Amino acid sequence: MTEILGFWVAAVVLVAASLAVVLTPNLFHAVLWLAVALVATGGVFLLLDSPFLFAAQLLLYAGGVVTIVVFAIMLTERLVGESIRQTSRFVFNGAALSAAVFVGILGFVLQAGAVARPAAAADQLRDLGRALVGPFAFPLQLIGVLLVIALLGALYFARTED
Amino acid sequence: MPLSAYLELAAVVFAIGLFGVLTRRNAVGILLGIELMLNAVNINLVAFSRFRADLTGVVFTLFTIAITVAEVAVGLAIVIVIFRVRRTIEADHLDLLRG
Repeated sequence: MTEILGFWVAAVVLVAASLAVVLTPNLFHAVLWLAVALVATGGVFLLLDSPFLFAAQLLLYAGGVVTIVVFAIMLTERLVGESIRQTSRFVFNGAALSAAVFVGILGFVLQAGAVARPAAAADQLRDLGRALVGPFAFPLQLIGVLLVIALLGALYFARTED
Repeated sequence: MPLSAYLELAAVVFAIGLFGVLTRRNAVGILLGIELMLNAVNINLVAFSRFRADLTGVVFTLFTIAITVAEVAVGLAIVIVIFRVRRTIEADHLDLLRG
């Protein structure tokens, strides 16, 4: 019962915040709405018995990504003074294409039969840790390398010319 | 809730993100739409992982989140460089590579 209630609350908040992200004319407000949408997604992760992902979602997405985007907006759009209003283009074509993609996905989802939800694992965190250093140890190292490369690349791009 | 409810929610968010990518003029706005689409994919991965009682989806989602953060950092760095050079980040004006 609580899962059904929680799902609908998370779903309504997530869809409303997502719509606000793409529709609000003020880009700064769009980022704040994105933070709401990301937290709601974290709530969905909680409903799916993945508290660790909820924490990672809050730390990396709602914390990190939103902060970086806010900085980028402040560096590129003069927040004070000039307006950062922006209009959208191709609204009808975009809506039609998105609706078509949605209907296409929905067709696949509706074809599938119902799947029974297995019992939750007793200690997901322990299994997750074992998986990360066991079968997924090499990909985990690769992710570390990728993060270093991305940081270096971002530094290289954003350096000041001298 | 059944698995299809989570998948449908993810499909709605994915379509909304796609709409944002297609209609935003601002490069940062386009990145926000991509974030929404990646989030929808993460919901799908976690939902399948939960309903199959297989942890691989959760591990994959962790990797996706890490890669997304790297992508946003590099993407925004590129946006800042473009802004420095062209003084605009309107996607319509960035047509240097058009043949």
